[in-house]
Amino acid sequence: MQQSVRDRGNKDGEGEVKLLTGNYAVAEAVKIAKPEIIAAYPITPQTPVVEKLSEMIERGELNAKMINVESEHSAMAVVFGAIAGGSRAFTATSSHGLAYMYEMCWWVAGSRLPLVMAVPTRSIGAPWNIHADHSDVMLLRDAGWIIAMAENAQEAFDLTLQGFMVSEEVNIPYAIGYDAFQVSHAVEPVVVRDVEIPERRQAYSVTPDTVIGLNAVTTTARHYARKDLMVDLENSRKVIERVGREYPEEYGFYEEYRTDGADYVVVLTGAWAGDAKEAVDQLRSEGVRVGLVKLRYIRPFPYEDLRKMDGEFMVIDRASSGNRGILGIEVSSVRDVAANVIAGLGGIELTQDDFYGLIKRFAEGRLSGVVWYP
Amino acid sequence: MILPGNAACHGCPISLAFRAVEEIENPVLVIPAGCSTVIAGMHPNHALRCPVVHVPFASTTAVACGLSESYRRRGIRGNVVAWMGDGAADIGFSTLSASAARNDDIMVVVVDNEAYMNTGTQSSLSTPAGAYTTTTPAGKDTGRRDLALLMLMHHAPYVATASVGYIRDLRRKFRRASGIEGFRFIHVHSPCPPGWRFDSSLTVDVARMAVESLAWVLWEYDGVLRISDISRRSSVSRRSLREYLLVQGRFSGVDDAMIERLEREVLENWKLLQSLETVLR
Ligand code: SF4
Repeated sequence: MQQSVRDRGNKDGEGEVKLLTGNYAVAEAVKIAKPEIIAAYPITPQTPVVEKLSEMIERGELNAKMINVESEHSAMAVVFGAIAGGSRAFTATSSHGLAYMYEMCWWVAGSRLPLVMAVPTRSIGAPWNIHADHSDVMLLRDAGWIIAMAENAQEAFDLTLQGFMVSEEVNIPYAIGYDAFQVSHAVEPVVVRDVEIPERRQAYSVTPDTVIGLNAVTTTARHYARKDLMVDLENSRKVIERVGREYPEEYGFYEEYRTDGADYVVVLTGAWAGDAKEAVDQLRSEGVRVGLVKLRYIRPFPYEDLRKMDGEFMVIDRASSGNRGILGIEVSSVRDVAANVIAGLGGIELTQDDFYGLIKRFAEGRLSGVVWYP
Repeated sequence: MILPGNAACHGCPISLAFRAVEEIENPVLVIPAGCSTVIAGMHPNHALRCPVVHVPFASTTAVACGLSESYRRRGIRGNVVAWMGDGAADIGFSTLSASAARNDDIMVVVVDNEAYMNTGTQSSLSTPAGAYTTTTPAGKDTGRRDLALLMLMHHAPYVATASVGYIRDLRRKFRRASGIEGFRFIHVHSPCPPGWRFDSSLTVDVARMAVESLAWVLWEYDGVLRISDISRRSSVSRRSLREYLLVQGRFSGVDDAMIERLEREVLENWKLLQSLETVLR
């Protein structure tokens, strides 16, 4: 079924509506981007992404080489080599897998090589837990990656496509996080866009005829390379916004929901945004002036925008650090966070009612500081 | 292939091996941390005449695999060489093993100086029993792991041992491996003057003594295993192992019992290779 999502006078947004899980939606997006080399090691809940891509390769729908590796460290190492050689590549992981490839994540970013990685987000042990929270993807905060967070399968699809374009324009790797099971395994209608991704672009590649000693030992050069990376990461926001506007949903860098004249603002990211928005609607109908900011990107982080917003801030986190949530720390670096809720680690679900209760207590002044919920 | 004025120690075995890289067609080196990193030079200088990608330890052969696959898809002719010490082969063993098992189209060169020299001589899985290192101050009590034989068991198309004491043989093996498709492994014995505690003028002599005493055996496998003539001759008029050991300061604390143990291990290894030669032909 060919269906127009929105009449914009061009083909953007047109495509076929398919019923897809978040993982399969990402695989469909990757297929459109036509990577030449894919490497991955299985981990729940990421596995279906690469299984689907393997099937596509097997059926001849995708002309790529799937390299089955013995660990995530090697998965990231193989794609590092592939992109250094000038090929488009892809990998996906979760949780312990991301922790295991962490070292290589720094090398990809530090080498300024564009790459897209999917991260269906899952808790990290101990104890063992395969369910959703954001502990894993938050590991990337310091490594110099762009970190996008999807609310649903459509966003996971679109951000993956956007990731290739953004990453290859700014030469910075790009991770797409989406909550384990709630997004990775839940089936939703997804518009598989009828779009083409531009040819692979990157600043340099290493081939036998190049004279290059990539990443040789340095002192000061490392300092300045890191500085450049962070400056370019910050500036990538402009590219992210430009690419996002090309999509029918006009993906902004973050989403403001009913923040006009809000006395209270809830900040969060990921799959919970939908339930939280409904709680906001309910409270608004009861006259509570509350709004919501859904962060679509964790890196770069919209510090200045958040600083300028009116209202008392409540941050709801799905990852912790020290005695706060990680988003709580980020936001409180630029303004007061009246309440920082660390909610539902390890797959504990929060319903619309939970959000309603939390926000209501906050608006009534009965909830402040750092709160573990439940 | 390697420029003068590089940062290697006097008498460095690895710089000898680097010269032989000129036998490899269109090489691209992937080098993890180690003495080779230092020898390759500090940015913006570069002591090697071929492209080098510096990488973290355990990633080496996996990065090489990605590069090689990228060249294949892009139609670029190149020999991707994962060039590492025994330290990277230890920490990256599962990566190395997976590369061999997948038959990645790469060359792997392990320049084995039998300890972690770049961090100041700590024991590795290649360090022989009895040897002093900073983490085995009383002499190592466990024996050496045989990396080349382990690689052979991965059914790789080409596996060889070599020594910086026999450069012509080493060069020939690099040349040979350069022309073969698939996973190629060359284990280069690399006596290190500061780590092994001998005079820096003696690198080649010590390397030869290892071969002449059968402490290091030269062999080559390409579907058929052959012990090379150099080692075969050594077995006929064998040099004393004690002499090889005692020329090195790192063995100065060994007693007769340890020398006997090492002698036994050397002979067992020799017998094992001889039987493999009869089986794999
Ligand atoms: S420590 Fe040994 S192997 Fe390392 S550079 Fe010096 S001589 Fe060469």
